[in-house]
Amino acid sequence: MIECKLKKELSAAEGKMMLAVDFRLQKGDFVVLYGNSGAGKTSILRMLSGLLTPENGFIKQESNIWFDAEKKIDLPIQKREIGLVFQDYALFPNMSVEENIYFSLPKKKDKKTAEELIELMELGNLRKQKIQQLSGGQQQRVALARALARKPKLLLLDEPLSALDHSMRTKLQDYILKLHKTYNLTTILVSHDPAEIIKMADKVLVLENGKITSTGTPISIFSESKLSGKFQFTGEVLAKIDEEVVSILHILIGNNVIKSVSAKDEIAHIQKGDKVLVASKAFNPIVTKIE
Amino acid sequence: MIWESLWLTLKLALTTTLLLFVIGTPLAYWLSATKSKTKPVLETLVSMPLILPPTVLGFYLLIAFGQSSFLGKLLEDLFGFQLVFSFSGLVLASVIYSLPFMVHPIQSGFSSLPVHLKEAAYSLGKSKTTTFFKILLPNIKPALLTGIVLSFAHTIGEFGVVLMIGGNLPGETRVASIAIYQEVEALNYGNANTLSFILFVLSFSILLCVYLINNKSLNRIVK
Repeated sequence: MIECKLKKELSAAEGKMMLAVDFRLQKGDFVVLYGNSGAGKTSILRMLSGLLTPENGFIKQESNIWFDAEKKIDLPIQKREIGLVFQDYALFPNMSVEENIYFSLPKKKDKKTAEELIELMELGNLRKQKIQQLSGGQQQRVALARALARKPKLLLLDEPLSALDHSMRTKLQDYILKLHKTYNLTTILVSHDPAEIIKMADKVLVLENGKITSTGTPISIFSESKLSGKFQFTGEVLAKIDEEVVSILHILIGNNVIKSVSAKDEIAHIQKGDKVLVASKAFNPIVTKIE
Repeated sequence: MIWESLWLTLKLALTTTLLLFVIGTPLAYWLSATKSKTKPVLETLVSMPLILPPTVLGFYLLIAFGQSSFLGKLLEDLFGFQLVFSFSGLVLASVIYSLPFMVHPIQSGFSSLPVHLKEAAYSLGKSKTTTFFKILLPNIKPALLTGIVLSFAHTIGEFGVVLMIGGNLPGETRVASIAIYQEVEALNYGNANTLSFILFVLSFSILLCVYLINNKSLNRIVK
């Protein structure tokens, strides 16, 4: 279990902001920090990892104290047993894929977990490659394997997928979930993407101006105050085909293309390439189990 | 005499470069990482030799370490050696004089590394020392090479500061640049020409090597 209470004044673009949060995570939780940029998400990760020192509060991991302002305890990042993954991967360019992963091992001997991770992340064919030769998705897989090779107690992911394109993101999300389950990790992910959050998280902490304004399951957070029994998706218009009275929109939602029929003048302002919100009442839809 | 002065020049350049590498690398790292308020002052001091006439530097070193000065006396009494008009004095002056040529490239090398690189290594349980030697230094090799070569080349080209503090003692302080000056004074244009030509070719080849190597490592990264 991780328990923390953090307080620190941060200087943001719009002046000073007081970050004050208080939360606890159970072992095995997959928690997402959600909020606008500048809300303090990354600062929280940096405080948990030991890269940023809070002014006040404490961080406890089981019975270990990582930080306590009153007792003047501030365990250095090296001793906190965390895995940290950044948006820019931060792989070491002077090392090959396999050297990057081995580098994190405390002793040269124990390569078992590292080998297991290379297998799990399907990096076997790439192990001798230089980092510069890898695609973004491949690099992030290496970074994940590297972060986990020393079996951290807490995995911190700072928008790890936002530099990747959609299909790569989906794949990487599956990899992350696989890792989370295989190693029974406690994971904190910073993310902006509701679809990603609904897919991955057990719990969402919504941050606004340095405060946690709501907590809950992704479904409860993202469907709050909306009608029950409603579908709502965001997508991109691929094509608009005008018929006599109606127009048919081809919309890409996730990996699926759907067709929607609307009255011509209602969607006159929508063009090909527009980002759109598709919503529909969902009373009595056809729901079939896929075998 | 030509070869003696050339050998002395090389010895001075090598010693200076080696010392500068050992001093300059940690200093460059500190400058690239610090948020200290003394940083601008230190940066100014490091860069001063770029604009200061070498005679000014030489003059103050002469005053500070001359035989009548406190420091000069102390050194002579304690260790029995003299900085002024000696090879050690030349090394000291050269280290100060070439400092920016070592520190600047390495400092910008460190600054150009993504900060996450260091943080990732720390998060993997690696100490600051391990991170420095295994991650940071290997990833700024072109910058290190540039620093080393520029310092070496700059020390070869030194004249004013050597003249001020070292004088013109054969085998001790008469480096190639001084020897050229003296040969010209004595109207021995032949000797002056030989020395000048050797220095010219030497400097050209050294710099060419740097550019060739740096372009190559650049290509490797791009590919």
